[in-house]
Amino acid sequence: MTDVSEESIRSEVKAWLEENWNADLGLVEWRSLLAESGWGTPSWPKQWYGRGLSAKLSSAVLDEIRQFGAIGAADSGVRMLASATLMEHATDYQKDKLLHRIITGEDSWCQLFSEPGSGSDLAGLTTRADLDGDNWIINGQKVWTTSAHHANYGLLLARTDWDVPKHQGISYFVLDVTQPGVEVRPLRQMNGHASFNEVFMTDAVVPANMLVGKLNGGWQVGMTTLSHERRLADGLRPIGGSGAKKAKGKIFSELAAEVKVAQEPYRWYPQRAGRPDLTVSRARDTGALEDPVIRQEVAKALTIHQASQWTARRARQAQRLGRPPGPEGSLGKLAASNVARAAALAHTLTSGADSMLKGEDGPKDGIIAEILLSVPAVSIAGGTDEIQRNIISERVLGLPKEPRTDADGPFKDVPRNIVK
Amino acid sequence: MRHCFTDEHEQFREFVRKFMSTNSDAIAVRRVMETEAGYDADVWGNLSESLGLPGVHIPEKFGGQGFGPVELCIALEEMGRSLLCAPFFGSSVMATTAILNAGSISDKEKLLPDLAAGKLVASLAIAEESGQWEASDIEMTAIEAGGTYRLSGEKKFVLDGHSSDLIVVVARVPGSSGEDGISFFTVKGDAAGLGRRLLNTIDETRKLAVLQFDSVEATPLGEVGAGSKALEKTLVLSYVALANEMMGGAQKLLESAIEYAQMRVQFGRAIGSFQSMKHKFADLLMDVELAKTTAYYAAEAAEDEADDLVAVASMAKAYASDTYYKVAAACIQVHGGIGFTWENDTHLYFKRAKSSEVFLGTPALHRDRLITNWNA
Ligand SMILES: Cc1cc2nc3c(=O)[nH]c(=O)nc-3n(C[C@H](O)[C@H](O)[C@H](O)COP(=O)(O)OP(=O)(O)OC[C@H]3O[C@@H](n4cnc5c(N)ncnc54)[C@H](O)[C@@H]3O)c2cc1C
Repeated sequence: MTDVSEESIRSEVKAWLEENWNADLGLVEWRSLLAESGWGTPSWPKQWYGRGLSAKLSSAVLDEIRQFGAIGAADSGVRMLASATLMEHATDYQKDKLLHRIITGEDSWCQLFSEPGSGSDLAGLTTRADLDGDNWIINGQKVWTTSAHHANYGLLLARTDWDVPKHQGISYFVLDVTQPGVEVRPLRQMNGHASFNEVFMTDAVVPANMLVGKLNGGWQVGMTTLSHERRLADGLRPIGGSGAKKAKGKIFSELAAEVKVAQEPYRWYPQRAGRPDLTVSRARDTGALEDPVIRQEVAKALTIHQASQWTARRARQAQRLGRPPGPEGSLGKLAASNVARAAALAHTLTSGADSMLKGEDGPKDGIIAEILLSVPAVSIAGGTDEIQRNIISERVLGLPKEPRTDADGPFKDVPRNIVK
Repeated sequence: MRHCFTDEHEQFREFVRKFMSTNSDAIAVRRVMETEAGYDADVWGNLSESLGLPGVHIPEKFGGQGFGPVELCIALEEMGRSLLCAPFFGSSVMATTAILNAGSISDKEKLLPDLAAGKLVASLAIAEESGQWEASDIEMTAIEAGGTYRLSGEKKFVLDGHSSDLIVVVARVPGSSGEDGISFFTVKGDAAGLGRRLLNTIDETRKLAVLQFDSVEATPLGEVGAGSKALEKTLVLSYVALANEMMGGAQKLLESAIEYAQMRVQFGRAIGSFQSMKHKFADLLMDVELAKTTAYYAAEAAEDEADDLVAVASMAKAYASDTYYKVAAACIQVHGGIGFTWENDTHLYFKRAKSSEVFLGTPALHRDRLITNWNA
């Protein structure tokens, strides 16, 4: 594909759009056209709704679609992790059954990894899958499952062998979440939102042909999913498809409805990051910036916020130039926790007594209260600060690994706490 | 107390703790915090009748138990530990102390016995829109005409102000500024021209109200225009009291985090066995013990009316604020995802910590007061 220039790809997709784009089509109808043409997911292989383009050319295509004001393939939520994982590990049968409906947005996905008993220690999971004829029977509980209440499918990790070391007895499945054996219960958070769920599986069924990758090879498949999750970082947040929100046509109202559902669990996510973007303006608008103490704290929050953004940019640029990854690329998550805390402190000082108030009584229509009650999540979600520090010190700095007592013997002998 | 509690103090603490564990467990707190009143009248009655807590620091001649700030602070520490939802801080600490400091003998004779018995619930209205509690921040004026005083304007962040029978209001003489002209008044909760609204607070266990005064008739409490000393004294004791209350919560959270760390297993071992976790707990313990000592020291200074009271009251308030918040954030972190859920009790304390941090002034303000008033 190196012989294709960006320019020619851009004009090719543009010509195709001019021919095919129609805002009065249904969303699924339009995205089916995208799937058939390969323009919706241009980096995917040709036999699977793509064009086998490089990352660079592929983003040029998506950019062209955006600029044209057309709508792209469905890309919100966990479906991107699903498609990336399936592309790498799934059978043709699975790809055939699942990929098309990912592109069209007909299926929504959730990630069934974390359990009450295994968070940081994901490989300690105890949801079990037992083979019964042509079916796997699933029993167990998952937790923190974002959007499970409107997903059709789940990416499921379950234990299939209890007599081998913990990482070697896990398998990866695609679970139909809409079946009777799966119960989804919303989990309310301290900030009042309920963006994730507990998922209870009681004799839920996965057909044997929905095992992804090798039996007991699920850990590696799961790592693929997680590496894409890290790569997309904030990509799990739905983008909302093109700058064409204002545009009219049946297709845009369908898109708006889709985005609304997909975005709902993530409404408070900007607040959990501490809203460092608001610290200076809030302090200035309220006059708090004149207070020498507050001024200092706002400046500190500003510094770490800017520095972490610039560091991420430095890492991206180096990657683009093909340099080997440096330590700066591994610090984003830990830095984000520090940014959020510094920003929350600045907001508290700026708001003073008003920090006690929420909703319409609270500063900035409750946004400040939501920040103060959401920042504790940053240092937990997606891997805790403590785990990040372990990763940084062992993998980046090369310090000796913590001795492990749980990774070598049969999983059934590893101590674990009782799940109530 | 003399640097360490006496056996009698410890017995008293034991007594209060027992009451709290039967009357204010997490289930009760969650039930009561969702009510508009914000407290359970039966529990309040019980706490008044069987323990006499509302009168703990009211002199016996006014119907109280005649103890002082040390006993008051022991009770508060236990209340903070169990997140008691009651008008204790607003009525028994703030309003009662204001009456003790500002009222005439006859005011005291009239009001204190009912307050001590828990039959009268009062609140103290100081702060206004700006959210500051000191004399110089007060703008509301009391207009006198024909021997009658009338108040107009707004009071905000009034603890339990939406439900109290009586409101003690701090206002000033027209044309005065700073510490001059500060005056105390009482206003009935159902007075004509008074509008009360419950504010939406992050800490649901502590109700704050905004009060609108539209030419509300008010009765002077003590001498009009001579209240600045009484206000300062009332606030200082309130800082000490709040510091002690916060430390009860901080201590409880630390215990709960340690307990969880011993029970929760990841990677085949209790998370409390990870060295980073142990270091975190050791540091938290240091902060909690030091901040507790400071709060106790301040209670003793209040009891003795010591020279350094003003400075150490603010020291205690600032230190307790920082420590409580730090412990609360750490306790969520130690619990992982569970700590961020509504179902887990940690957030109730986290919210109390957050609001106590800024109630009656931010830690920064109190550190400033500390240095200004430190004489050594
Ligand atoms: C807002 C939010 C969103 C989330 N979204 C998702 C999601 O979409 N999908 C999903 O699968 N999960 C999600 N999670 C779950 C999250 O990934 C887990 O909560 C997290 O990995 C921690 O696991 P845990 O809660 O079981 O805590 P635990 O692993 O039990 O940790 C408890 C404490 O022990 C510490 N600890 C554990 N191991 C070590 C160690 N080796 N050394 C030192 N300290 C250690 C931790 O740092 C923490 O402080 C979300 C959580 C939150 C709060």
